[in-house]
Amino acid sequence: MQCVVTGGNVKVLGKAVHSLSRIGDELYVEPQEDGLALRSVNSSRSAYACFLFAPLFFSRYAIPTGLNFRCKMAIKSVQSVFKSLATLEKTVEKCHIGLDEQKDRLTFTLHCKHGLLKTHNLSYQDSESLEAVFDKNSCANVFRAQPRVLVDTVVHFPTSLEEVTVTVSDERMWVRNHVEDEAERSKAMLTELCLAADEFDYFAVKAHYSITFCLKEFRGLLLFAESTGLPVSMYFDEPGSPVVLSVTDSVLEGNFVLATLSDNHDLQKSNRGGDADQPHPPDDFMSDDMDAYLIAMDTSAAPGPSTADPPPPSLATFRKPPAPNYRTRTHSEEEEEDDGEEDPERPPDKKFRSLFFGSVLPPSSQMNTQPLTTQEVLASDSEDETEAD
Amino acid sequence: MPLSTQSQSQDEQYVLVANLDNARNLSNILKAITCKDHAVFTATANGLKVTVEDCKCMQANAFIQADIFQEFTLKEDMVIFQVNLTVLLDCLNIFGGSTAAGASTALRMCYMGYGHPLTLFLEEGGVVTVCKINTQEPEEPIDFEFSSSNVTNKVILQSESLKEAFSELDMTSEVLQITMSPSQPYFRLSTFGNSGNAHYDYSKDSDMMELFQCSTTQTNRYKMSLLKPSTKALAISCKVSVRTDSRGLLSLQYLVRNDDGQICFVEYFCCPDEEVAPSECEQVSVHLV
Repeated sequence: MQCVVTGGNVKVLGKAVHSLSRIGDELYVEPQEDGLALRSVNSSRSAYACFLFAPLFFSRYAIPTGLNFRCKMAIKSVQSVFKSLATLEKTVEKCHIGLDEQKDRLTFTLHCKHGLLKTHNLSYQDSESLEAVFDKNSCANVFRAQPRVLVDTVVHFPTSLEEVTVTVSDERMWVRNHVEDEAERSKAMLTELCLAADEFDYFAVKAHYSITFCLKEFRGLLLFAESTGLPVSMYFDEPGSPVVLSVTDSVLEGNFVLATLSDNHDLQKSNRGGDADQPHPPDDFMSDDMDAYLIAMDTSAAPGPSTADPPPPSLATFRKPPAPNYRTRTHSEEEEEDDGEEDPERPPDKKFRSLFFGSVLPPSSQMNTQPLTTQEVLASDSEDETEAD
Repeated sequence: MPLSTQSQSQDEQYVLVANLDNARNLSNILKAITCKDHAVFTATANGLKVTVEDCKCMQANAFIQADIFQEFTLKEDMVIFQVNLTVLLDCLNIFGGSTAAGASTALRMCYMGYGHPLTLFLEEGGVVTVCKINTQEPEEPIDFEFSSSNVTNKVILQSESLKEAFSELDMTSEVLQITMSPSQPYFRLSTFGNSGNAHYDYSKDSDMMELFQCSTTQTNRYKMSLLKPSTKALAISCKVSVRTDSRGLLSLQYLVRNDDGQICFVEYFCCPDEEVAPSECEQVSVHLV
């Protein structure tokens, strides 16, 4: 396998790796005929991300026909190859990625200015394929926005915040911090932002859903989107179904699939504390009449978010639908794990349902004896990471 | 200037008097060798040499020539004392160490001899501070016997590119391996960490390479923990010379320009971790910067 990345694309590759590091600790690498796939998943399997770099992204993309190779390695070690992104931009002329199957090493060679050559020989472990099962096209709600809009939204939330709740109506999107404990709601600072449909490039709502997902992982995608300037697309359905965030251009596609909190929890919270007819979100902290009045003025009598309402039959679109090249992956096998419990004592991760994972076995499967599970099977035999030259 | 109004009799008692209009010309260079608590100060007619050692296998020296000082008076041929370097730096920066334009701390360093404290008179904006730092029994610095005649390989690089490499070095590696060779890879820094190994190769034709004199292929490993402090010296330098001798002993010499554009030197010596490629001893004539 020989891949060469030149010029500004080296920084894009580095940014993708850093972005994936916000999801999980390991980087899954799979060179495919349609491009190089870099994936990551978190330990509780509630977040998955994949970047696919088409052959045209590379100045040279040569993989032997029939190469059936996938591996995983500590993401920190790949991050160290692309440590300083500012330097990457200024000094790296090209990056060569090569595979040494005999020594179980993936080699990244950076050709830099002034005759400096940086070679990183990283050891990897064999791994099974890692793919999440999701279908963007079947989602009820679809949005697309410039990364700046979303970055400016999340900047208002503290970096320690775990989860955010996104609620949509026909013309608006509300983003607010998610507070676990009912008892804490009165003490916690609640922040909410409202985005109008005209701030988005595309805003199509079929159902007024309210979903809660992990902010840290969302920021991971924004990190990449902001630096490349690519618009971010967001797809989601009912709570409990994963939210998909995508960035696409002609030579790459990035998808972040994040699990969302399941339905019951959200419904209970929104029904409490009030009148769904009032023109403000039914949150406990909106008890001040003046505040309610101001919010009413601002939203000009647009209905507030309410997950109790049944989804309206009409489709509200404000923009011409885009014609991007979305690639969908639908897999016939689906396994669902239902974590219906709502134990507030448990750490947030476990409250998320795990995503649907198709365990895609390689066509020439040597692993016949292993059971079909939703987790990828490790086939590594060596633990040692370093090898003296 | 208030500092110069010392009584005549007091001046006669000092064996060493050194004046600097800008104390940063001393403190900045001392920061580059601060890796241990105490340092040995050796004053000769040439100037001041400050030595810090670690584990008997690494030594850092800072040289501040006599002509850097506005006054440098020595009553004996050689004056040696040892002080706590951290305390000394704290005193030199007692006025806050800010780099505000026009504001600089003036220093007058005085020493009466064995058994007496080191006295510092520091002045800024009309305010004078007097610091007396206890001196300690000086430990004799190791003489690594690194002579220019024993040097087998030498390169001089512009600091800029080496700074980049050092900032990216894999710290999970216990050693830093340096390979110098008349053939490929010419000059290579290697690390062996948890994730794998990494190599930084500098071509002899690189425009960052100011001098390349390698006669034999040598590969030596040095403990990363001993070399890590040298990045402080690298950070303030503009050029660095890397030399190894037949024993694999490493000499790093950094050319530092102070605030007034004057040249000072910082030098690091480091013993190799193990002998990888013993090489013949050759007579090589070298030109020091």
